[in-house]
Amino acid sequence: MNPTAAAQLNSLLAALILLTAFALVVQRRMNALLHIFAWQGFLLAVSTAIVGFVGGAHHLYISSFLTLGIKVILLPYILHLLIHKLKIRKEVDSVINVPTTMMIGIILVIYSYHLTAPIRELSTLVTRSTIAVALATFMLGFLMMITRKHAVAQIIGFLAMENGLLFAATSATYGMPLVVELGVALDLLIAAFIFGMFFFHISTTFDSLDVDQMARLKEED
Amino acid sequence: MYLLILLVIPLAASLILAIIGDRKYAPEVNIACSAVSCGASIVLGLQVYEQGPFLAWDNFFFVDAFSIYLSVLTAFVSMTTAIFSRRYMRREREHGTIGHRRMRFYHAMYQLFIFAMLLCLLTNNVGILWIAMELATLSTVLLVSLYRTPTSIEAAWKYFILCGVGISLALFGTVLLYFAAEKVLGPGGAALHWTNLAKVSSQLEPTILSLAFVFLVVGYGTKVGLVPMHNWLPDAHSEGPTPISAVLSGLLLNIALYALVRCKVLVDGSTGTHHSGNIMMGFGILSIMVASFSILRQKDIKRMFAYSSIEHMGIATFAFGLGGPVATFGALMHMLMHSLTKSAIFFTVGHASQMHRTQEMDKIRGLIRGNPLVGWGLALGCMAIVGMPPFGVFTSEFLILTATIKDAPLMAPFLLLGLTVTFAALFRKVQHMVAGEAPAYQIKLKAAHVPVVLHMALVLVLGLYLPKFLSGWFQAAVGVLK
Repeated sequence: MNPTAAAQLNSLLAALILLTAFALVVQRRMNALLHIFAWQGFLLAVSTAIVGFVGGAHHLYISSFLTLGIKVILLPYILHLLIHKLKIRKEVDSVINVPTTMMIGIILVIYSYHLTAPIRELSTLVTRSTIAVALATFMLGFLMMITRKHAVAQIIGFLAMENGLLFAATSATYGMPLVVELGVALDLLIAAFIFGMFFFHISTTFDSLDVDQMARLKEED
Repeated sequence: MYLLILLVIPLAASLILAIIGDRKYAPEVNIACSAVSCGASIVLGLQVYEQGPFLAWDNFFFVDAFSIYLSVLTAFVSMTTAIFSRRYMRREREHGTIGHRRMRFYHAMYQLFIFAMLLCLLTNNVGILWIAMELATLSTVLLVSLYRTPTSIEAAWKYFILCGVGISLALFGTVLLYFAAEKVLGPGGAALHWTNLAKVSSQLEPTILSLAFVFLVVGYGTKVGLVPMHNWLPDAHSEGPTPISAVLSGLLLNIALYALVRCKVLVDGSTGTHHSGNIMMGFGILSIMVASFSILRQKDIKRMFAYSSIEHMGIATFAFGLGGPVATFGALMHMLMHSLTKSAIFFTVGHASQMHRTQEMDKIRGLIRGNPLVGWGLALGCMAIVGMPPFGVFTSEFLILTATIKDAPLMAPFLLLGLTVTFAALFRKVQHMVAGEAPAYQIKLKAAHVPVVLHMALVLVLGLYLPKFLSGWFQAAVGVLK
């Protein structure tokens, strides 16, 4: 595969990742949300592998496998089990309605392009054009965490942010050093264990996973 | 060698405590392990004092004056907190607040938390620093919700989400840092080694590093508890078990500030301006002001002291931002004094709330009559934390104030206003709790003497006389942070 073809393929994957990021922000149904999240992880894994192949950065294969194992198979599976067990089907409303969220999302994408302009100028890698998309994915995950009131949706937003970060690391620098990537994956696994426990605690204590009910702690007058 | 012992002990202790569970001797094992790591940290400290900073294990670990003094502090406070937690948790256990499975979990996670913090301090790799910081958050999240009450679960969720988001912003900052470093140092793990980065910091691309610093300051600043990212802190401190409040406040906030300051050195070296310092000064002053006025409104005793922690971290952040030898020296000393004083206060606060079975300040009365150690401990601790003269906090705050008046006179009124409001608010509230007759519903209990007395004695002695090795460490650290 020659570099230009790889760069074009990577741009296509980046566009698809951005699409899934938008889909995550607006999707209301839990099951669909999980599927989109798994697809995003899959696209990310493929993109990482391609960059690893073209750039000759072979440690990216490991990173790609980790993404595939954790983000595409393990986490969606665990979340699926939890959703099934806690009987969650449709999600409660989000704070802002869909069209407004989309508008904010578009503004975030444009802003990401603006913010990453100096990086694109300095970078010499074939993947440099996708850095903005990576930052946009990160910010859209952030937006999702802010606008959703459901604990599971917030966690998916959090994981989407993590996807954006990995994508940024791959496209800006051919990935972080291997030891850092492994550590991040380890932290992610522990985090998965913790939010799994949390879902049980929250749903048994509050009878639902709507985080709006958690508003007891505030400054009283 | 001692470095390895220092890291392996807490990790092994975490496993051992997970295995032995809630046996009768588990708290003693916890204390013993913490004591061994404390001893190892002191030996390592003396080594650094005599031989200067060194690299170990293929440059993977790095110890200098800045990290070693915080390591000794971390190991020491974790030991005293383990001593405190023996009595405190035994009482909680007797009252049936927590069962034996959660006790096992508590001990194991406590040691894992200590390990994560020590790894933060001793690693040379900025990426590993981030990973260890995340691990420190993750290991304490479920400790905050240990009591499984609705409010504690809410507090822990907030802590998890806010710090999770904050820390991922810091990771983005680290990615940008690596991007800039790779251009100079080439790809691979060595490009994230702090010692390498510090050497070439003037060649790193300034635009990238200023962008990275914004992400780093918001990310690590969330964990320091800087306003406006501080929302998780009062909740996590007030809802978790008191030993955890003590280590969160006394240690974790320091570690997060350490990470931020390490990154600031690199950014300053690259940009050559005072831009990052100004950002930190702004966050610092804002934290001092907001926290001091929030203290006035508090009804819950642990929440009040949590806000006091925000205020003191604000002071330290401000002083690091100000820069210069005097302010940096003051900031380093302030981190030490705040950590010792605040954990001592939390020890007494824990006992006080156990005696009255509530954390509401209106119901806590007559502590000196009820239990002199707890009462006097809280009164003296409060005097120390507001900066009364014989104690160490006075010295550090005085240094910082002097430097402020000299270098940034416009900020001095704000700093003074914050300090005065805190002084008035804390005194008014604490005086009611310690003085007067003991109410009928007060319960007698055996308090843990050793930690409180030890901490307060240290704060007093260090306020009067700073030993040569300590001032030597501080001066060396000031040199590193120049």
